[in-house]
Amino acid sequence: MTSKKDRDGETALKNDDISPDIRQELFRLQVEIRDCEKRANDLFFQNMIKGTSHLSLGQEAIAAGMAMAMQPGDKSFCTYRGHAHTLARGVPMEKVLGELMLRDNGLMRGKGGSMHLTSVEHGVMGSYAIIGAHLPIACGAAWRAQYLGQDDVSVCFFGDGTTNIGAFHEALNFAAIWKLPVVFVCENNLYMEYTLTSEITAVEHPAADRASAYGLERIVIDGNDADVVYRTAQAAFAKARSGGGPSMIECMTYRHSGHSRADPAKYRPPGELERWLEKDPIKIYRTRLAEFGVPEARIRAIEEESKRKVDEATEVCKASPPAPAELLTTDVYADGGWAWRN
Amino acid sequence: MAELTYRDAVARGIAQEMERDSNVVFLGEDVARAGGVFKATVGLVDRFGPLRVRDTPISEQAILGAAMGAAMTGLRPIAEIMFADFAAVCFDYIANEFPKLRYMTNGQLGCPLVVRTGNGGGARFGAQHSQSIENWTMMIPGLKVVAPSSPVDVVGLMAAAVRDDNPVIFHEHKSLYATKSEVPDGEIVDTLGTAKILRPGRDATILALALMVPRALAAAETLASEHGIDCEVIDVRSLVPLDTQTILNSVARTGRLFTVEENPRLCGWGAEIASIVADEAFWDLDGPIVRITTPHIPLPAADHLEDLALPSAPRIVERIARVMNGARR
Ligand SMILES: Cc1ncc(C[n+]2csc(CCOP(=O)(O)OP(=O)(O)O)c2C)c(N)n1
Ligand SMILES: [Mg+2]
Repeated sequence: MTSKKDRDGETALKNDDISPDIRQELFRLQVEIRDCEKRANDLFFQNMIKGTSHLSLGQEAIAAGMAMAMQPGDKSFCTYRGHAHTLARGVPMEKVLGELMLRDNGLMRGKGGSMHLTSVEHGVMGSYAIIGAHLPIACGAAWRAQYLGQDDVSVCFFGDGTTNIGAFHEALNFAAIWKLPVVFVCENNLYMEYTLTSEITAVEHPAADRASAYGLERIVIDGNDADVVYRTAQAAFAKARSGGGPSMIECMTYRHSGHSRADPAKYRPPGELERWLEKDPIKIYRTRLAEFGVPEARIRAIEEESKRKVDEATEVCKASPPAPAELLTTDVYADGGWAWRN
Repeated sequence: MAELTYRDAVARGIAQEMERDSNVVFLGEDVARAGGVFKATVGLVDRFGPLRVRDTPISEQAILGAAMGAAMTGLRPIAEIMFADFAAVCFDYIANEFPKLRYMTNGQLGCPLVVRTGNGGGARFGAQHSQSIENWTMMIPGLKVVAPSSPVDVVGLMAAAVRDDNPVIFHEHKSLYATKSEVPDGEIVDTLGTAKILRPGRDATILALALMVPRALAAAETLASEHGIDCEVIDVRSLVPLDTQTILNSVARTGRLFTVEENPRLCGWGAEIASIVADEAFWDLDGPIVRITTPHIPLPAADHLEDLALPSAPRIVERIARVMNGARR
């Protein structure tokens, strides 16, 4: 992204390809994801979120930029680190936090939990917790669109560590040979759980370098700049929609917290987090908005509105009862029940 | 009415459903142009075109994953896993993905697909191309599991499986592909979860599945003619849902239960049925429930060894006659 300094004042603003409204939306999404994730973290330490949870703190620009470029019918497939992508598609915070808190008001009424957020009405076609499994699944959804002549795109998010499992490679080849309208988005946050992916991977860019092997363009972008993500996504989605086939986008980013709630991330070398905090996507974007002339008061209003939304959502969730016992045996089979015998 | 092989019944069943519903699509390795390694899908690509009948790379995870993604967004895919043993390389979909989708999403998504696969032994293929894996799939909540033994059941159960809104694992038996019998003309649609009494009898109930069905029937004839034991033979057909009522009613009449299972002994499908019968029909029983299974070994390739391993008609006769004549085992 060119900053205002390199540009010609007013002309730059006029020629900019991203409208002020979209910029503010991109900022709003990132801020809301950040605040909601922080709240999830707080609730976790208050023992109000059980099980596990994987935050996207520091990775918000990818979720925001991608979702902003999507159209309503487009389908997102994400991982257990999927709160951000779910929120970015417009799912209300209380539905997400409710599921994290395993309450009846949650997206799946507590039956799925934090790793499986799903909201079909928003195009969130599930969050998958077995590494790599959803890349072929996204291919299948894209195959359906191609077969039925529908123009939606399937967008599949995963991490750098995921590039070393077989399903990743099977899916890339499959998408390439069938020219499927699927966009793979690798959120390269440098680590799989607690190990540097670079230490266990044969190539430097685990997704992009492999994409080349399947005939796809090698795309590596700054995943902490929502504008860059948004522009790259628009191009990839347009290509998919017009029958041009799949893309792989490797987004460089960093998670500010540990892998999951239990992880204090002690394995990180000193200074690494601090360097990445300098490149905090929200910090970058706040400056960007100011450079493009968005008044400070407007920026503040977005930030305050986000805080208010998170507080409200938290209260709704706290007031919601836990999932009722009768849910235990519902929806095992399509008849709504669990009967396996007569 | 015409004679049809079990192999041709597969293609007929798929064709019947593809004809009816344009959302039914079919994918797998060598299934289109080559007509399948078992030649069970010959002619489908000519009839329905390469967009509906698709050859895939050797990517079992991609095959099942793609089938799932298509199923959850509106298609009704049939996916082939060539040899049932290969289910092990894509078991994530069978165990973790298909069967849990509906539950985990609180009913937001479903997975209406069929995985058809060449199951079972008898072809001298050795330990990695001969297994009976129906029990691997039976133990997972959320799946339906069928294993037809005759051409007419292949057509009817295939139709039922494709029309079902759940993931169905459809075990075709490799050693039955060449067998033939009469199949009525016109549309055939059967019902999942129904066992079939193939031979009524008074003295003992024999449960069998797939290749074990013709062997159990042959054994029953010998038991009647040579030992004066009149056996009722039930083709279980569907492990999930399980037609417990047909089984329990039969045991109530005969008082004796034998299972004939091709799977290795431990946790074979008959163990679950034996436990149900012990729980719910104990006082109907006049003697122990006896399971006749493949021993708990990998399958050998050598013909005489494989024949020793799989339950055969003579072995079924010998075991049932011995137990019915008062032996404890
Ligand atoms: C098949 C499988 N193996 C291992 C795991 C355990 N696991 C969960 S997350 C994770 C790391 C994944 O790293 P990456 O793909 O980089 O995603 P990130 O968590 O960094 O977003 C691992 C190994 C799993 N869930 N599934
Ligand atoms: Mg990672």
